[in-house]
Amino acid sequence: MTLNGWIQIALFCVVVLALVKPLGFYMTRVFTGERTFLSPVLAPIERGLYRAAGLDERQEQTWLGYAGALVLFHVFGFVLLYAILRLQTLLPLNPAGQGEVAPDLAFNTSTSFLTNTNWQSYGGETTLSYLSQMLGLTHQNFLSAASGIAVAVAMIRGFGRASTRTLGSFWVDLTRATLYLLLPLCVIYTLFLVWQGIPQTLGASVDATTLEGATQTIALGPVASQVAIKMLGTNGGGFFNANAAHPFENPTALANFVQMVTIFAIGAGLTNVFGRMVGDERQGWAILAAMGVLFLAGVAVTYWAEAQGSSVLNGLGLTGGNMEGKETRFGIAASALFAVITTAASCGAVNAMHDSFTALGGLVPLINMQLGEVIVGGVGAGLYGMLIFVLIAIFVAGLMVGRTPEYLGKKIEAKEVKMAMLGILCLPLMMLGFTAVATVLPAGLAGPANAGPHGFSEILYAYTSAAANNGSAFGGLTANTLFYNTTLAIAMLVGRFFVKIPALAIAGSLAAKKTLPASAGTFPTHGGLFVGLLVGVVLIIGGLTFFPSLALGPVVEHLAGSAGQTFGTGG
Amino acid sequence: MSRPSTSLFSAALVGPALLGAAAKLDPRAMIRNPVMFVVEVVAALTTVLFLRDLIAGGSDLLFSGQIILWLWFTLLFANFAEALAEGRGKAQAESLRRTRTEMTAKRLTGANRSYETVPGTSLKVGDLVLVEAGDLIPSDGEVVAGVASVNEAAITGESAPVIRESGGDRSAVTGGTQVLSDEITVRITAAAGSTFVDRMIALVEGASRQKTPNEIALNILLAGLTLVFVFAVASIPSFASYAGGSIPVVVLVALFVTLIPTTIGALLSAIGIAGMDRLVRFNVLAMSGRAVEAAGDVDTLLLDKTGTITLGNRQATEFRPIRGIGEKDLADAAQLASLADETPEGRSIVVLAKEKYGIRARDMGGLNATFVPFTAQTRMSGVDLQGSSIRKGAVEAVIASLTEQPAAARGQGAGLAVLEREPAAAAEVRAIAEDIAKGGGTPLAVARDGRLLGVVYLKDIVKGGIRERFAELRRMGIRTVMITGDNPMTAAAIAAEAGVDDFLAQATPEDKLALIRREQAEGKLVAMCGDGTNDAPALAQADVGVAMNTGTVAAREAGNMVDLDSDPTKLIEIVGIGKQLLMTRGALTTFSIANDVAKYFAIIPAMFLALYPQLQALNVMGLASPQSAILSAIIFNALIIIALIPLALKGVAYRPVGAASLLRRNLLIYGLGGMIVPFIGIKAIDLAVSALHLA
Repeated sequence: MTLNGWIQIALFCVVVLALVKPLGFYMTRVFTGERTFLSPVLAPIERGLYRAAGLDERQEQTWLGYAGALVLFHVFGFVLLYAILRLQTLLPLNPAGQGEVAPDLAFNTSTSFLTNTNWQSYGGETTLSYLSQMLGLTHQNFLSAASGIAVAVAMIRGFGRASTRTLGSFWVDLTRATLYLLLPLCVIYTLFLVWQGIPQTLGASVDATTLEGATQTIALGPVASQVAIKMLGTNGGGFFNANAAHPFENPTALANFVQMVTIFAIGAGLTNVFGRMVGDERQGWAILAAMGVLFLAGVAVTYWAEAQGSSVLNGLGLTGGNMEGKETRFGIAASALFAVITTAASCGAVNAMHDSFTALGGLVPLINMQLGEVIVGGVGAGLYGMLIFVLIAIFVAGLMVGRTPEYLGKKIEAKEVKMAMLGILCLPLMMLGFTAVATVLPAGLAGPANAGPHGFSEILYAYTSAAANNGSAFGGLTANTLFYNTTLAIAMLVGRFFVKIPALAIAGSLAAKKTLPASAGTFPTHGGLFVGLLVGVVLIIGGLTFFPSLALGPVVEHLAGSAGQTFGTGG
Repeated sequence: MSRPSTSLFSAALVGPALLGAAAKLDPRAMIRNPVMFVVEVVAALTTVLFLRDLIAGGSDLLFSGQIILWLWFTLLFANFAEALAEGRGKAQAESLRRTRTEMTAKRLTGANRSYETVPGTSLKVGDLVLVEAGDLIPSDGEVVAGVASVNEAAITGESAPVIRESGGDRSAVTGGTQVLSDEITVRITAAAGSTFVDRMIALVEGASRQKTPNEIALNILLAGLTLVFVFAVASIPSFASYAGGSIPVVVLVALFVTLIPTTIGALLSAIGIAGMDRLVRFNVLAMSGRAVEAAGDVDTLLLDKTGTITLGNRQATEFRPIRGIGEKDLADAAQLASLADETPEGRSIVVLAKEKYGIRARDMGGLNATFVPFTAQTRMSGVDLQGSSIRKGAVEAVIASLTEQPAAARGQGAGLAVLEREPAAAAEVRAIAEDIAKGGGTPLAVARDGRLLGVVYLKDIVKGGIRERFAELRRMGIRTVMITGDNPMTAAAIAAEAGVDDFLAQATPEDKLALIRREQAEGKLVAMCGDGTNDAPALAQADVGVAMNTGTVAAREAGNMVDLDSDPTKLIEIVGIGKQLLMTRGALTTFSIANDVAKYFAIIPAMFLALYPQLQALNVMGLASPQSAILSAIIFNALIIIALIPLALKGVAYRPVGAASLLRRNLLIYGLGGMIVPFIGIKAIDLAVSALHLA
């Protein structure tokens, strides 16, 4: 570990923290329908969109109406994307002449992008036409992110409102998130990335002649625009297969730093929106603090593990950090930091191969996702995921102060607990359940590139990444098969909607309740005690669920590695 | 009540509880408790597998046999906790039940006191019964005629008899209590089986216990956690097969049972029953567990001033004459007016006159005096003697009486002079009265023969220590509101002296009801106590309504708790008991979940050691062998239930400190403690297990 490394990490934290308040302020204005500095330009467009859709923007929805609109919206999004992928040979903007996408891959990819997962079983530059990338994927990159933000905003309203049945309008929230937030930021961000050297062209790939005289095809395309939204919207789906490790997706140190910041920016800002909309900014800071504690712990472990390097190599006298699978341009600190950020948030973009991390270094990204990606998390998803944990923490601890547990003046009762447990249960069911299936079926066992615990980690990582809607791959797993495409797609769907819908149900139930005034008998939820409690509950509930699987994967690999044992290749 | 003071594990309770524990293994009963039901299912399953192995011949039979044995012990311990809690209630119920045996009733058949003797159990609601001196009152009812002294020791434990009379606020009688003198006619208000005592028995025995809202929510949480661990454990066999091995079912079951929250699952119903039991020990009877829970949530406490905040009676502390009247003259007149006044206020005037001026009590008969009693219309009382009349009463009432009939008791000629003088005197009396009211006292004007003499200062005596109790409540986050019929000025002064947060002066029953509704509209939970019929609507509206046992039937029916001692300050204790109940549940849930950390470290390395010997590094406790590790964990899991029974029954100690420090303390004890204790416990058991060569 180097001082330089720690300075990079510290600088990252400072910049993210500095963005929280301004972004929170702006987003709060957007979602409460107040005027912003962009309103003169955007408000007419917004009104025009509503008029075109025949929508009354003042018409609010109950939680069921909101959830119904959400599901309907994504069903249509799925059909459209699936059709584009299957029919890309017939559609324009296919200069490379990519063939049609196979049904299972199209199903997996459509699901992956509409759930904000961006798991990629395909190589972008070798499979998809420009139209598929731009109209199909980039489009979903925006809308899946906007839908995540919308649900978070609806849940915040559940906490902030009292004695009402409605949570806002899904259509309005979706439109505002896209129009006022994601689009303007992406326009500026894309220009920045182009300046940094990322290509943005509709031209075909370029053939270059190498020094040896061979011909190399250099893939190009509208890269910058997709990179902007893949980071801001925590999508993570790269234009190129190598994702942010590819020089055209991540050309400079500055680009790398800004990409890391933009993964966290909106998610962190939403905690401030939460604070503002419930009338006490400290509540938002407390949640962000809990996320921060978990994040820093993860960064510390990963950085330390990677800087220590592989004990097997160390045993052979090859001392130094673990550089396998890392870009020398980024080095250990920036790679470790990127890995923790991208899995803490549900981004999934990678600038190094997680598969090549040391056992413990790879353990942290895995745990980040298994905890439900509540450490800042996906845009919106991180906040509503964390709020579900908050309810559980408050419920158990609240009883210990001798009152019916309450949070922000809302009593936490049977209905909220039921929905919170539903949201928490679906993740282990998908992650552990499918891993258990894949580790016994031949179709599943055909996937991993490595034998032994590392192969196990590859499978576990895939389902964890899918169910948590992360989309990063451990690498090593051959996932473009009927079995993996289908099961991973199911994991993504369940992991997305069986958290979103319970979250909306909770919001609906909370909005209908009265808001109780705080007294000396209600324990404060903006202090260090609450932060500690929340961290403890996330670790214990999340950690205990996955302890056996982690013990059999990264932990045993680490212990074996320390003892000099390796497991070779298999699969 | 002369209840047996049962120690926690007295032999008389433990015996039946052990039998009860076995009887409760019935799956139909177990299914009410999802966590323990799951344990029973897996215990039965492994037992069947064990028997198969026993016949077919398997390996490690001693080890699996022991695990299975401890699984059943876990279940028995859980049932034992519940049976023990119920047993403690039953012991109390026994003494109540004795009062119900073989009662007969004199049912009135018509006019002229003609009655037939019928068994108490055949009475119906609305029957009229005659109860004479020495008779037991056959069922709950309301006195419709007569007045009698009644011994209610059977239900209250208080041996001093109480007066029960028709009309007014003391008309309710309870079945099983005994009339000592006189006779009363009682209209039955509860049929056999649904009387007060019946309900009390059912509640303390836990028979009619329904799950409370928080308990339901907690059960959902526990069921959810159980499911999480189903996933965690059910996925292990295929993980193991990937690693090229297999895990015996009994080991998986052991891991599963130790992980799911059995500790809190086992003790949950015992905690609920014990909470109810604690209330009964306090001589408070809750109509439902929901009410007890609501008590813990109370935000606002409405307290009647009289009897709760102040001593029941106001006492004379000073005589304040107007100018030109001697203090002793005023005292003399006031004493005369009060001689026949049996109210505590009247008595206190006589006492004060004697203490201060040595004015002795005089014989009313000898003075040829006639007493004029207080009525609600005149709001005065007094005495007429030897052509002279003395009146004392509410200031305005006394002044009004003088202006109404100026010449009645005076000479015609003097009338004019008196009239000229009186407005000045009236103004002075009013000034004194206001001064007294500001100080929290009640002014009592005294007039003799149409002339105002001055004012008697009646003071409300605030109960000793009540200020501290209110400070305590404030720290608990509870707002206290004093309800009084006094004028706002007096009320403000007493409120300040007693340290309540707010007061409602000149309160009518409608005001009370409106106040409760207003508080509830803000989302607050309100508790109050009351005894009169006019309190009934407010008692019904309040979230926790404690009716005094001395109160009317209407009040008792409207409230959701009855205080057998009729002590309004008990509301404070009731709140404490409610909080304790919730805290105990939260503490044991936290403890139960925190325990899992150590159990993982015991079982996971043991379980996978054959597959990956490297995992021995996770055996941080240094447990002797894989088998002893697993066995120790399951033994700990069972024994901790027994160890925590006293805590479950007694409840976590509640301190009236702020929520934050309370939480910090409990998190430290039950959260952190819950993580550490099993490491020590499992290690200790492992030492014993390996020393005894059990595994």
